Amino acid sequence: MEHTDPFAGERLKLSPFHARQAPMNLRDAWSSWNSYKFADYYYDAQYEYFCIRNTCGTYDICPMQKYEIRGADALAMLNRMVTRDVAKLKLDRVTYCCWCTDEGRMIDDGTIFRLGDDHYMLTCGSPCLAWLRQSALGFTELTVRDISEERAGLSLQGPTACAVLKAMGLAAIEQLKPFGILHFDFRGDTLMVSRTGFSGDLGYELWIDRSLALDLWDALYSAGEHHGIHPYGEAATNMARLEAGFIMPAMEFNEALKTVNFQLDQTPFELNLGWLVDFRKPHFNGRSALLRERDKGPKYTLVKLDIEGNKPANDAILYADRRCKGEIGYVTSAMWSPAAKANIALAMVRTKYLAGDIFAEIYYPKELRPYRKVARCTVRDKPFWAPARTRQTPAPDR
Amino acid sequence: MKRYDAIVIGAGHNGLTNAAYLARAGLDVVVLEKNDYIGGAAVTRELHEGWHYSSCSYVCSMMRQSLHRDLDLSRHGLLLVPYLGTVAFGDDGNTLIDYPDEGAHYLELQRHSPHDADAMSRFQADLGRYAQLIRKTLMRTPPDPASFKPRDIREILFLAKEFWALGERELYEYMRFFTMSAADFLEDYFENDLIKAAMASPGIIGTALGVQSPGSAYILLHHVMGDVDGSVGAWGLARGGMGAISHAIANALREAGGEIRTCAGVERILVRNGTTVGVALENGDELHANIVVSNLDAKRTFTRLLQPEELPPRILERARNFKIRGSSGKVNIALSGLPRFKGLPDNRYINRGGQTFAGSLETMERAYDAWKRGTWSEDPFIESIIPSAWDPTVAPAGKHWMSNFVQYCPPELADGPWTPEKRDAFGQTVINKLERYSPGFKDLIVHMEVRTPHEIEAEIGLTQGNIFQGELTIDQLLFNRPFPGYGQYRMPLRNFYMCGSSTHPGGGVSAACGANAAREILRDLKKPNVVPDDDCYDE
Repeated sequence: MEHTDPFAGERLKLSPFHARQAPMNLRDAWSSWNSYKFADYYYDAQYEYFCIRNTCGTYDICPMQKYEIRGADALAMLNRMVTRDVAKLKLDRVTYCCWCTDEGRMIDDGTIFRLGDDHYMLTCGSPCLAWLRQSALGFTELTVRDISEERAGLSLQGPTACAVLKAMGLAAIEQLKPFGILHFDFRGDTLMVSRTGFSGDLGYELWIDRSLALDLWDALYSAGEHHGIHPYGEAATNMARLEAGFIMPAMEFNEALKTVNFQLDQTPFELNLGWLVDFRKPHFNGRSALLRERDKGPKYTLVKLDIEGNKPANDAILYADRRCKGEIGYVTSAMWSPAAKANIALAMVRTKYLAGDIFAEIYYPKELRPYRKVARCTVRDKPFWAPARTRQTPAPDR
Repeated sequence: MKRYDAIVIGAGHNGLTNAAYLARAGLDVVVLEKNDYIGGAAVTRELHEGWHYSSCSYVCSMMRQSLHRDLDLSRHGLLLVPYLGTVAFGDDGNTLIDYPDEGAHYLELQRHSPHDADAMSRFQADLGRYAQLIRKTLMRTPPDPASFKPRDIREILFLAKEFWALGERELYEYMRFFTMSAADFLEDYFENDLIKAAMASPGIIGTALGVQSPGSAYILLHHVMGDVDGSVGAWGLARGGMGAISHAIANALREAGGEIRTCAGVERILVRNGTTVGVALENGDELHANIVVSNLDAKRTFTRLLQPEELPPRILERARNFKIRGSSGKVNIALSGLPRFKGLPDNRYINRGGQTFAGSLETMERAYDAWKRGTWSEDPFIESIIPSAWDPTVAPAGKHWMSNFVQYCPPELADGPWTPEKRDAFGQTVINKLERYSPGFKDLIVHMEVRTPHEIEAEIGLTQGNIFQGELTIDQLLFNRPFPGYGQYRMPLRNFYMCGSSTHPGGGVSAACGANAAREILRDLKKPNVVPDDDCYDE
């Protein structure tokens, strides 16, 4: 007799890696991402964070959106959509980019993979098919296809990542440069490996047909057994990306298409992503608004803060003086960084106050009772974590 | 001839820290090291090709976060990785696993004793309270209780205020705690012997005391008051071995313009009219400086580097009688694979953390009895860890190295001096015990290094191989360290200071002694202080 699940309508989707990941999630620490059941952590968030910094870990990027954009107009379409000049992107290379509304407000960020002459893959955090369709208007030699369900992606990050891929038999993987792509035969199909990631450390992303996801997992974990491989979830990835100074949607920026109060979304200049905006190329979405923004300067600027003391400045309001009169900004993400041994944060600060003193008003709990402290903040230009191996080619083994 | 502002003797982590801060304050400073490598007891050495042993100290918890941050040791290459999953092994084959998850940990304790599972939270709260107060003293110069200097009075008031804040009952508890034994202390909380043995074991590590000896309760606290990233009681591994700590500090020192000379053993400290003026090296060279700082232990400093006629007899007597008894040995083993231990589920988290072969309170006390008789127990206490299960840089992939800290091991044997044969027999005792808990262990051994107090003293100069540079008992703590009246890093010769673990706050890779001494030196030189405050005050 057949039973139907009365809750089927609100159960989350399972990743192609779920069968391997679920038994390792000893704490049943699940949350969700893009309707997928997604691990917050597996065993211990701090343990997994240290796998990224000390050995290596895998992060399931199946819930990430993946779009295939093909055709003679693919380049023109992408170049009109994103702020960076995609024409400069060579074959088998990846570029980080963002795209904006006509008002120059950021919709999302993501990566574009150039896989052939007229063949690209765009990845991003939130579904954006509607925006892609709109961006494709007027182009005829073009297909845009959501391949999120058919392509499985697994991120492998950490100092032993290259050693693991070598042990898996991926020839010359150590020669792959940052943002480069290599293709390998795997079980009669193609395994695509890009030297990309969201950890600020040495790392790769592995892309394969969904049907081979578990085979890939098994091969990877078998090869990684002696290299400290371990899955990690949202908690550890959020720590690693913050140390690297990477922005996160719904943390540093509010996606423009989802913003009710339009002044509460951001421009790339405010997010310190001016380097992604290329005015040398012809028209692109948001160009004239961004030109105006560039010329008058952004009202807010995203900065990296090193904060005195060791109490994380989550949700802290920033002030120009210790007495906390007159707000000049707010913290978007904060943590104690175990690797950098610093109290770090990303924060939006009114640009004109950047040169002066910055203080954070921090509330922290001690045995349930909240305490308040005002801590001096120092703006840092460099990421809090940027080991040489992240950029080295050949990539080191550990 | 060149004259330095300061000479620091001994490139252990405290000497390097001291020099780094003196250099940051603008002093022309040189660190002199007798060995051809730096680090003292915080050292990594490749003693078998591909295997990098932390030959002496092996884990880290007391390293002051404020110093790590201020000296920018992360940028200088230091990553401290906390490890999980320590298992205590009982004489009866039972095991006690320290699970990181609170709920799982409770169930594990409950399996041994429902009473003790409940008592653990009170134990941890009490210990946490004691630790909190001691932590606040680590980066402060102990006040001289006999002094009326405003600074000493201020500091006494600070401590008194912290003490009173604990409440009246806690004052009595503290008095007891400083003087009682680890076993007696634990008796107030627990009934299960394996739980007691596991919790008592930090009370004997590095000390020539037994679990039943008065004073061992404080040693226990000394080992659990550290933290890794604010997680008090957690222990970490330095990526690349303990030498990574020394090397990172050395990099900070060099960046600040300081100099390190290896193979530069100091023969004696040069003294003129009661003032130190430099050092004579073993090779006959003399180096001159306005300030001399010794990072060697108090006994070695005063009885080996200084001449009796240069010292007040009272100090010489104190130095000769300084309690610095060797009590431990170390067996470093290269393994061809990961050992499996009896009675443990085979999973990646708990079969490769730390192993505490505590046995029982009785077994630990008997091991101490053997030490008193000038021999070692056939059933010693061993604290082991397999750093290679965590750190990919210390052994070839798939191979492992295991650090085994052994208590007790006498500095001198009843039947005469240590010989290579006796050393190997001591090592064999350790191997035999490990084999009992991990059948097949012996077959995994690729290389091993056995260190008795004799080797430890000969190589890195710790008198009797005492890992703390002197016992951590109340008569040698705070303002009594190293000697009563000399607890503020200034020694009884002008321009002469000490900065090693023989000074407050004592042993452990904390870097606090070196930093505190630098702060006092800069004060005497009337230079602005560059040593940061500790960051534990809003706990």
